[in-house]
Amino acid sequence: MTHPRKWLVPTLYILFLMLPIYGLLAMSFKTTGEILGGFSFFPQQFTLANYKVIFTDPTWYNGYINSIIYVVINTVISVSVALPAAYAFSRYRFLGDKHLFFWLLTNRMAPPAVFALPFFQLYSAIGLFDTHIAVALAHCLFNIPLTVWILEGFMSGIPKELDETAYLDGYSFPRFFIRIFIPTIAAGIGVAMFFCFMYSWVELLLAKTLTSVDAKPIAATMTRTASSSGYELGLLAAAGSLTILPGAIVIYFVRNYIAKGFALGRV
Amino acid sequence: MNKTLNQKAWWLVAPVLVLVAFNAFIPLMTVVNYAFQETFGNNVFFWEGTTWFEQVLRSDRFHDALIRQLLYTGMILAIEVPLGIGVALTMPRKGPWVSVCLVLMALPLLIPWNVVGAMWNIFALPDIGLLGHTLNSMGIDYNFTRQPVSAWMTTVLMDVWHWTSLIVLLCYAGLSSIPDDYYQAANIDGASRWAIFRYIQLPKMKRVLTIAILLRFMDSFMIYTEPFVLTGGGPGNTTTFLSIDLVKIALGQFDLGPAAAMSLIYFLVVLLICWVFYTLMMRNEEQ
Repeated sequence: MTHPRKWLVPTLYILFLMLPIYGLLAMSFKTTGEILGGFSFFPQQFTLANYKVIFTDPTWYNGYINSIIYVVINTVISVSVALPAAYAFSRYRFLGDKHLFFWLLTNRMAPPAVFALPFFQLYSAIGLFDTHIAVALAHCLFNIPLTVWILEGFMSGIPKELDETAYLDGYSFPRFFIRIFIPTIAAGIGVAMFFCFMYSWVELLLAKTLTSVDAKPIAATMTRTASSSGYELGLLAAAGSLTILPGAIVIYFVRNYIAKGFALGRV
Repeated sequence: MNKTLNQKAWWLVAPVLVLVAFNAFIPLMTVVNYAFQETFGNNVFFWEGTTWFEQVLRSDRFHDALIRQLLYTGMILAIEVPLGIGVALTMPRKGPWVSVCLVLMALPLLIPWNVVGAMWNIFALPDIGLLGHTLNSMGIDYNFTRQPVSAWMTTVLMDVWHWTSLIVLLCYAGLSSIPDDYYQAANIDGASRWAIFRYIQLPKMKRVLTIAILLRFMDSFMIYTEPFVLTGGGPGNTTTFLSIDLVKIALGQFDLGPAAAMSLIYFLVVLLICWVFYTLMMRNEEQ
């Protein structure tokens, strides 16, 4: 099975993944003069000035705070409503269940570009425009279907005898669900949360459309700065590098769940 | 698993239904409103019937964007699926390197899409970017803001960079569910490397691979932010995919009628292809 040069393919692949990230990181430590002066692999005049701007200017660091707030709200909403629904889909047959499941998935297929303008009108009409909750709710459109799908996969892998034994032991449904079932599928919930975080954190079109000042995500801050005050590449690179950090932390925490978890559920 | 019939299960699904319906039905009805009517503001609407649909379906602009989109999705699937399987097959199965590989490979998936675009923009800048500078100093004339071929190559390469890991992770998950006994049995039988792949690994990956292709198809068909930040749809219209074109029509020109009609056609195309996929997948699962 083990081939002597087997490590070559993953190594080259990872190298390919790291190169653009390195390019971004290297640029974030350069001064504007050095960037425009020509190409250099390593920063010649190493500077932290770009990062200093981001950490001292509220329009920059508030972008990160806003993004994290709506991502967390979205993850909590998505997982908590998807848990009972996924249980229903994995354990029961009911009128229209298959159609409902496919209909949910169709929302995952809706191009955000189609919905950008109507979303703006809807959330302005109900007075939620430029709030974190608006972005969190809008991201539910694609995150809830995905979460239901992932959790249903995980739950279907757990034998029904678990439920039946618990009911025989006198557990009520809510008590069984919280005390026994949720801990059993903890890995699945971890993976589902990871995906929610991921898709909410990386999405920009809706987040940008639904906010202007108070809840403006970091990604939007970046595009607006880039267009308004010329092309400040170093600052842009520093802001971009910092958006990689939350993702890296989340992956680190769920790394064992991903490895084991992926195999358990369907996704 | 045999499921029990229980109509009360609707109560468990209700919260999901309410939240998704709120986000799906109301905006969709807004789009439908605009697609069949003409408006001059102030909530005054005139019935237009199918005028906008005929206009969009006949326009060369829509055809071109659709063809570009299909070509793009076809290209990235043709590269990402084999590459993803290849990397998943050669990844270490045990030991400390597994975590390192998984974390590093998942990294591109968690970078905001406009940062991916900006990062590749910086990476590919012909004079000062790592990729652009290297290619040009090797004597290859490369400028993604001017040459359509370079722009396409960069856009495709960016998507391969961004999303191949999703396929790797899913395939890896499928592979790690294969018990060691299978491989031992195959070794005793003297099975070739190809036979192991064809009769042990591929069947186990079939299910996750279908999901991976479904997800990649949907997401690449909806792609907007990354190519928009990287090339802005240019040079000319050469990398203007469906979503970019749609946003140009709706927000750039404010032609709401044609934009809404195009939205519905676009959505129906995605739905149709995904329905075929989904039906195939469900048939696989029942077997």
